Amino acid sequence: MSPAPAEWLESSAERIAESVRDGTASATEIARAFLARADSTAARLGTFLHRMPEEALATAKRVDQERARGGRLGPLAGVPIALKDNICVRGIPTTCGSRILEGYRPPYDAHVVERLRGAGAVIVGKTNCDEFAMGSSTENSAYGPTRNPWDLARVPGGSSGGSAAAVAAREAVLALGSDTGGSVRQPAAFCGVYGLKPTYGAVSRYGLVAFASSLDQIGPFARTARDTALLFNAICGRDARDMTSRPEAAPVELDALERGVKGLTIGIPRDILTGEGIAPAIRACFERASKALERSGATLVDVTLPHAKHAIATYYLVATAEASANLARYDGVRYGLRAKDGNLTRMYEATRGQGFGREVKRRILLGTYALSAGYYDAYYLRAQKVRTLIRRDFADALTKADALLFPVTPTTAFGIGEKVDDPLSMYLNDIFSIPASLAGVPALSFPAGFDEAGLPIGLQLAGRPFQEETLLRVARAFESSDDAAARIPAIAKGGA
Amino acid sequence: MSDSRTPIADPDPKAAARAKYEPVIGLEVHAQLKTESKIFCTCSTRFGAAANTQVCPVCLGLPGVLPVLNERAVRFAVMTGLAVGSTIHGRSVFARKNYFYPDLPKGYQISQYDRPLCEGGGVEILVDGVHKRIGLVRIHLEEDAGKSLHPEGKEGVSTTRVDLNRAGVPLIEIVSEPDLRSGTEAYHYLTKLKQILMYLDVCDGNMEEGSLRCDANVSVRTRGAKEFGTKTEIKNLNSFRYVEKAIAFEIDRQVARIEGGGRVVQETLLWDSARNVAETMRSKEEAHDYRYFPEPDLQPLDLDPAWIEGIRAMLPELPDALRERLVREHGIPEYDAEVLTETRSLASYYEEVASRSGQPKLASNWIMTEVNAVRNKTGQPIESFPIDAGRLGDLVGMIAAEKISGKIAKTVFERMLEDPSAPEAIVEKHGLKPIDDEAALQALAREVLAANPGPTAEFRAGKEKTFAFLVGQAMKQSRGRAHPERLQAALRTVLSEKA
Repeated sequence: MSPAPAEWLESSAERIAESVRDGTASATEIARAFLARADSTAARLGTFLHRMPEEALATAKRVDQERARGGRLGPLAGVPIALKDNICVRGIPTTCGSRILEGYRPPYDAHVVERLRGAGAVIVGKTNCDEFAMGSSTENSAYGPTRNPWDLARVPGGSSGGSAAAVAAREAVLALGSDTGGSVRQPAAFCGVYGLKPTYGAVSRYGLVAFASSLDQIGPFARTARDTALLFNAICGRDARDMTSRPEAAPVELDALERGVKGLTIGIPRDILTGEGIAPAIRACFERASKALERSGATLVDVTLPHAKHAIATYYLVATAEASANLARYDGVRYGLRAKDGNLTRMYEATRGQGFGREVKRRILLGTYALSAGYYDAYYLRAQKVRTLIRRDFADALTKADALLFPVTPTTAFGIGEKVDDPLSMYLNDIFSIPASLAGVPALSFPAGFDEAGLPIGLQLAGRPFQEETLLRVARAFESSDDAAARIPAIAKGGA
Repeated sequence: MSDSRTPIADPDPKAAARAKYEPVIGLEVHAQLKTESKIFCTCSTRFGAAANTQVCPVCLGLPGVLPVLNERAVRFAVMTGLAVGSTIHGRSVFARKNYFYPDLPKGYQISQYDRPLCEGGGVEILVDGVHKRIGLVRIHLEEDAGKSLHPEGKEGVSTTRVDLNRAGVPLIEIVSEPDLRSGTEAYHYLTKLKQILMYLDVCDGNMEEGSLRCDANVSVRTRGAKEFGTKTEIKNLNSFRYVEKAIAFEIDRQVARIEGGGRVVQETLLWDSARNVAETMRSKEEAHDYRYFPEPDLQPLDLDPAWIEGIRAMLPELPDALRERLVREHGIPEYDAEVLTETRSLASYYEEVASRSGQPKLASNWIMTEVNAVRNKTGQPIESFPIDAGRLGDLVGMIAAEKISGKIAKTVFERMLEDPSAPEAIVEKHGLKPIDDEAALQALAREVLAANPGPTAEFRAGKEKTFAFLVGQAMKQSRGRAHPERLQAALRTVLSEKA
């Protein structure tokens, strides 16, 4: 007997796809349930920049017809999914949360979009984000902020805040975001869902609007460890259109996630946990989770990441330098906003002056400066050297441990407006997520508990390149012994 | 090659000043590689298509696209590096060169900077019979930008149109050492470089279509000085002649500036070929800071040494080697070999004519004079020359076998330009067969003597000089076909007969 439509909202992607494939559920019914939920919550949360109800229903109908014809359905058949607005979908507005791309519709699908279509997923819309993925709160969107489903006065994190909030609010079963310095993991932690930053090169960046090319990775959001694996599997692998995508990228074996943590060694980077600024609730959650994993059979060892303390400084040179070049194409010449102003130089200045928000301008200036003649060696080149040291730190630590466990963020979700005028304090929020980005290793944020205010806490697992499976296996073991991932925010309770 | 380059006559007061200074010139040459598709996408590189029809998201620089390196472009660049003796680096790195311009879709050009594909090497030039080696600093790979067009607008309205068909066409930039000392040397260097690229078949060498472009760095220093003077860069040099002229102009300008008590200012100049002057485009202060940094969308380019050696093994014979071989194997002068190796196909044409006729020097003479005279008039490449090597070889063979005279051969050659028949058939068809039969020649002689009783009588009276006139008349009568020596013999025989 198929559950009532509202019950689909709490179903896993795995179960939905199975039910659609075996004919016990209709993709159209499921799409309607999620669209109805978003009808009631999306405006309040500010999760979407562009909703796609008609396209979603059309896709769901095609899936149902295919099923009726006896055709083979993909692993995400009928699963509603939301995409961060920096992922190109043919003919659908893609703004990256920026005025400068207002009205821009890409003429092509990103690699991940092609893969999702092939897997039978139902795209329900494009989610809000910090402009060009630059931010940690989704307040830097030119189209207004997204709110945290657990507390509407707080931020959902960022930059993929819309995607994280959409999954937490059950507006979609799954979502894709992009992570450059924590933009999947941090909002996942703030919203109480899973968020995976794959190994650099595991997922093609073709069709992901670039922020910092050497760091950007598309990553999945989900409500269970297995669903996270399911979505990762659908998008990973070498793509000939991205020369930085790697043939080593391999899907996760779902059965392997059930093996528990017995025999695994978990490294605790004590040196990065000594600093002040980690909220007591997060520290307590971390200790409790590590004990739980130990009880489940994992061995805990202390490791060090001696150069991680330089990660933020390094990141804000490397990422901004790359961004200063990546964002040069928004010049008003070919697409997007063009300010009407006198000569060519004035047109450039006016277009970029009006089109970009403050944070984007700040980062372009910073990156331009870091690459300038006379400063390159002191800033960009030195940052690259430190990056090598950080990468080595992870490689060393991961010879002693199969995965490293540490917090995602020093605090839980902060209030909307609380940090907008203090960029440095905003940047410091990424202190635990940036090191793994610089190292290029996979890192997973998983729901691990709640603070005294009832806000979700996420913990982070980082692993060896292309060992996403180990991280998901540890998280799955924790999930089966803990109910943190099972709690539902009030806004998402009950029917649509 | 030697027209309009006669040195300016010496009463020129500039010449005296010029003698005190030594010009130092380096060239940066951009050559479009003849690949089918662009360097980072699969769009066609064909020239002349309607504007913005050979574009895709990648070469348009749309948000989210990534470059994928065209292996063939790398191969062509490596071929060029090997041909000029460069070191081919096992690892080179692409870099972004950042600047804003409407025809640069991404706001940066993907190029190579501190780790180029090729370094070192050199090109040999021959100027006034003297060999000189021009060293190379580097050869690197990069993408071309689009083209900005500035159509005439209404009064006071300036519009710019951008055609991105060219954006992403693969280029190599070839940077010479500052080894050149005159515009003439620069001209020869460019000619040689173009010749090498065309032998390799990696560039079509067409300057009008922009397949080959050149910027010149020029400075002067007091003769004997070790330090370089301040240099200027000249852009917009759309032909080898402009390069030569612009360099000469700039040398004179710099010398005059210094002689007048001033100093040369570092700047970029634009050559105006209509007025033959170079004018300031931007000063040193306005120079771009390109903020190069490694291209994160492309991995470092790692080349397998075996792959490089495989390319080396397949390099075609290059102009210098071919020239030396022609001298060695066919015994022709170096000058001939230089002319005949202008293009690889001209040299093959020559070799076929020489072997078919068995007359290497005569073959060379015919190609350098008759064939090239026609080609200079029509601008035809040898590939489409109406007389193929086989037919010219036969013609040269017929001259050597004395089947026709050189003079008749020229008539046959003229007809062969229009008529695809074999030379023997043309001789037959137009009655150009030589008259060498003694009886026929004597009959001809009698005829001529009968028609010219006066001169005949004069000769018989002892005026030997009249003989040449009679020979000329007989030759004319035979329409050049009479065998010269035998005709003379026949005339003397008939003249010695009783009147």
